[in-house]
Amino acid sequence: MTTALPDANQSQRSPGTAASPLAIELRKINKRFGPVHANRDIDLKVQRGTIHGIVGENGAGKSTLMSILYGFYNADSGEILVNGQPAHIVDSKHALALGIGMVHQHFMLVDNFSILENVVLGAEDSAMLAPTLSRARKELKRLEEEYNLEVDPDAIVEDVSVGQQQRVEILKALYRGADILILDEPTGVLTPSEADDLFRVLHTLRDQGKTVILITHKLREIMAITDTVSVMRQGQMVATLATAQTSPEQLAELMVGRRVLLRVEKGDAHPAQNMLEVEGLTVADDFGIPRVKQVSFTVRAGEIVGIAGVAGNGQSELLEAISGMRAPTGGTVKVGGNQVSFHGDDGASRLRQAGLAHVPEDRQRMGLVTQFEEWENAILGYQDEARYGRGVFLSQRLARDKARADIEKFDIRPTNPRLKTANFSGGNQQKIVLAREMERNPDVLVVGQPTRGVDIGAIEFIHNQIIKMRDAGKAILLISVELDEIRSLSDRILVMFDGQIVGEADPAVATEGELGLMMAGIAGKGASK
Amino acid sequence: MSVRRPLPRWADIALLPFLNLALAMLVSGILVTIIGQNPFDALKIIVYGAFGYGEGLGYTLHFATDFIFTGLAVAVAAHAGLFNIGGEGQAYVAGLGAIAAGLLLDQTSWLLVLPVAIIFSAAIGAAWAFIPGYLQAKRGSHVVITTIMFNFIASALMVYLLNYVLKPKGAMEPSSVAVHGAGAIPQLRAFFPALGYAPLNVTIIFAVLALIFCYVLIWHTKLGYAMRTMGHNAVASRYAGISNGRLIMIVMAISGALAGMTAVNEVLGQQEKLVLDITSGYGFVGIAVALMGRNHPVGIALAAILFGALYQGGLELQFAMPAITRDMIVVIQALVILFTGAMEGLLRPGLESAFMVFGPRQREEAVARETATTEG
Repeated sequence: MTTALPDANQSQRSPGTAASPLAIELRKINKRFGPVHANRDIDLKVQRGTIHGIVGENGAGKSTLMSILYGFYNADSGEILVNGQPAHIVDSKHALALGIGMVHQHFMLVDNFSILENVVLGAEDSAMLAPTLSRARKELKRLEEEYNLEVDPDAIVEDVSVGQQQRVEILKALYRGADILILDEPTGVLTPSEADDLFRVLHTLRDQGKTVILITHKLREIMAITDTVSVMRQGQMVATLATAQTSPEQLAELMVGRRVLLRVEKGDAHPAQNMLEVEGLTVADDFGIPRVKQVSFTVRAGEIVGIAGVAGNGQSELLEAISGMRAPTGGTVKVGGNQVSFHGDDGASRLRQAGLAHVPEDRQRMGLVTQFEEWENAILGYQDEARYGRGVFLSQRLARDKARADIEKFDIRPTNPRLKTANFSGGNQQKIVLAREMERNPDVLVVGQPTRGVDIGAIEFIHNQIIKMRDAGKAILLISVELDEIRSLSDRILVMFDGQIVGEADPAVATEGELGLMMAGIAGKGASK
Repeated sequence: MSVRRPLPRWADIALLPFLNLALAMLVSGILVTIIGQNPFDALKIIVYGAFGYGEGLGYTLHFATDFIFTGLAVAVAAHAGLFNIGGEGQAYVAGLGAIAAGLLLDQTSWLLVLPVAIIFSAAIGAAWAFIPGYLQAKRGSHVVITTIMFNFIASALMVYLLNYVLKPKGAMEPSSVAVHGAGAIPQLRAFFPALGYAPLNVTIIFAVLALIFCYVLIWHTKLGYAMRTMGHNAVASRYAGISNGRLIMIVMAISGALAGMTAVNEVLGQQEKLVLDITSGYGFVGIAVALMGRNHPVGIALAAILFGALYQGGLELQFAMPAITRDMIVVIQALVILFTGAMEGLLRPGLESAFMVFGPRQREEAVARETATTEG
C-alpha cells in the first residue's frame, strides 16, 4: 500500500481551532453483504481544508464507503473519527449534525419551489415560514459572498441551469452547517464551463477551510482539482497519493489492476458515400414540446460523426427519432438513400430492415429486458428473423447458439446464456447490446452513450469495436455527453444546443474550450474552422 | 435496504404457493374452531369430498376445467403486461356462441358440435376482449378499468337477451331453449360410471390442449417472445420494432378467446342451455389461479385443480357440517384466494432471506448484483 500524504502547507490552511488536522478518519472499516466484502479494512485520512478525491470502478466500494460515512449504512466494524472525535453515525441527520453534507449525483430539489425555499426545506426553525425565510435570505447572502456562489434566491429551480441547481445543493449543505462536503459524481450533468465553475467554487470552499470529498470516475477531474486522491479496488483502499505526484495512467492502473490504454488509437477515416441523411428533422417530446428543431446532417460510410452536447439538449429525442422509437413531427431520414416511413409504432423494425442498428443510450430501459435470460436479449429486435425459427415458432436452440457466439466474440461474462440479464455487470450488459447490434453487420450504427456506467477496462474494448466498425466501412453516429469520448472517437463533431446543431468542429483542431462554448450555445457555426 | 435474490424456481413454483395455502388453511381452521367445529374434521371432509370418490373427483375436475380456461386467460395477458380482469364477462357473453353452436348443430354429431362451439365461443370471447384492447391501444383507456366495466355490460346484456330475446314464448325461467341432441356434449360419466352425476365432460380435453397451446405460445413462438418483451419492458419492445398497439389487441383477443371457452364447459357440458350467471365468478377465480400458478401452464393446472377441489369440497362441507353455512364456505374460499392470490407476496421476503442464509453462493450473487446497481 502506497501512502503519500499531502505536504505541510495544505494542513496549514486549516483553521487552528480544532485539535486534529484530520476532518475525517476511518479506521479499519468493514462492511459485508454476506460473504461479499464491500469494504475491507478501509483506512482513510482526509486532511481538513483539502479536496480529497476517491476513484474506483463500479462496484469498487466507493458509494458503500460514503454511505457509511453519511449514515445510510452502518459499518460492521471499524471506527469513524470526525474532527478527531470518535463518532457513531446512525443516520444522515446525525451526519449533518457532525458537519457532514452530501451533494448527490441526482439532485434532491423541489422543481417548482424557489431556490430560497429549497434551501430552507427541511430546516425550517419555526412554525411560521416568514421569519425562517428572512433569516435564510440573510444567511444565503452571507454564504454567497463568502464562497462566491451567486444564485438568485427567488428564482424557481426548474428555470435555472443544471449548474445553478447544483449550487443550490451545495448551498443547502452549507446552510445546514456542513464543514465537510461529499460530492458524488458532480460533473456528470454539467457543461465543461459549468464544471470549471464548480471547480472554482470547490477551491474557494477549500480555501475557506471546508473539506471536500469528491467521488468520481473521471481521472481528468481528479488531476485538475484534488489535493489528495485515494484509489479503491474491489472493496479495498489500494492507494492514497498526493495528486501532484501521480498521473492518470498510474491511477487507471491502480483502479483496474492492470495497464490500461487511456487514449484511443485510430487511423484516418476514409469516408465514402452518404449512408445516413437527416433532413429538417423536428421531434417533440411526450408533452409535445419540440426538442429537436430542423436538424439536418449526413453521416458517410467509413466515418464516425459525434454529436456533442450537454445532456437534455435534444440528443435523446434525436436518437429516438433516427432509430424509429419516436415518430418525428417533421423532416425525413434516409438510410442508404431510401427514405424511411415513420408511420405506426413499429418504426424501429423498418429502420433495422433498412440496415440501421441502434445501441440505445439507456441500455436497461430500452436496449435490454433485464428480467430476460441473456440469450433472449441476444435476439431482441431481430426476433422475427427466419434464422431464429421457422414461421411463427421461435427456436430457443438457434437463439442460444447465436447468444453463445456473441458471448465468445465479445468476451461477455459470465458466459452462460441462461443467466438473467440483470445479473450481468453494466459493462457486460453493454457488450450484450453491442454484440447484438454490431454482429448484424448493419450499414449504419447509431450509438448512444456507449460507455455510460461501464468500467475503464471495458471502455477500451467498446471504443476499439466502434473503430473497427468504422474501418469496415460503416457509417457511425455517436451521441455522448462525455466530451472526451466524442473528441477521441469522432472524425467530425456536431454540437447540439437547444435542439439545434449549432456548429461543426474538427476534433483534431477544436479545443475543449471552443466546444464548450458551442455546447453552452454561445459560439455559433463552425467555430473552429 | 437488504440484499435479496429471487427464489429458486422450484421454491417459487411449489414451496411458496404451498406455504401460502397452509397459511390460508391455518386461518380458516381458526375460524372453524371459533364457530365450534373441529377444523381437522372439516379438512378431512373437504379432501374426501373433492378427491375421495368418483363423483367428487368428477366435480372437482369439472370446476378445474373452468378455472384452467379463465386462469390461462389471465396468464396470457399477464405475460404481455396486461391485467385482464374481464374473464368473467368474456366467458359470459361467449355463452351465446356455445348455445348457438349447440342449437344450430343439435341434429348432427357432438364431434362437430364441440369444435364449432369452441370456435364460436372463443370468437365471441375474443371480440368482447378485443374492444378494451382496442381502446387501450388506440385511445389509452386502461384495460383494467375497461374490462371491469365490460363485465357489467356483459351481465346487463345477457340479462336482457335471456329475458327478451332468447327466452322461448311462455317460459317462466330466463333461459334459452335447451339442446336435446348432439348439442349436449357427452359427459364422461357415460364412459366412467364411477363419476356418478358429475358434469365432467369432454371439454376438459380442450382445457388440456389450451394448456399446451399457451405453453408453446408463450415460450416457443415469436409472438410469445414479443408479448413477454412488452410485458417486462414496453420501451424495449418499441425499441425492438414491435408494435405495442397491435400486440395489445392481439393478446387481449387471445385472452378473451381462452376465457370464452369456459362457456362450452358450462353451457353445453352441464346446463345444456344458456341460463343466467353461467360463469358464477369463475372469471375472477381465474385471477387467483393465474397468480398462484405463476402464470405458468403447469402451475395453472395445479392451481385450477386446487380451486376445483375447494369448490367441490366446500359444497360437501356444507352438507356434512350444517354449522358451516354457505357463507362460511365463501369465506374459506376467499381466504385461500386472499393468501394465494392477493397476498402471495406476504411470505416471499422471509423466504428469500431464508434461502440466502442457506445458500452462500446465491447470497454472493445477490450482493454483487445489488452493489452493481447502487455503485457509481
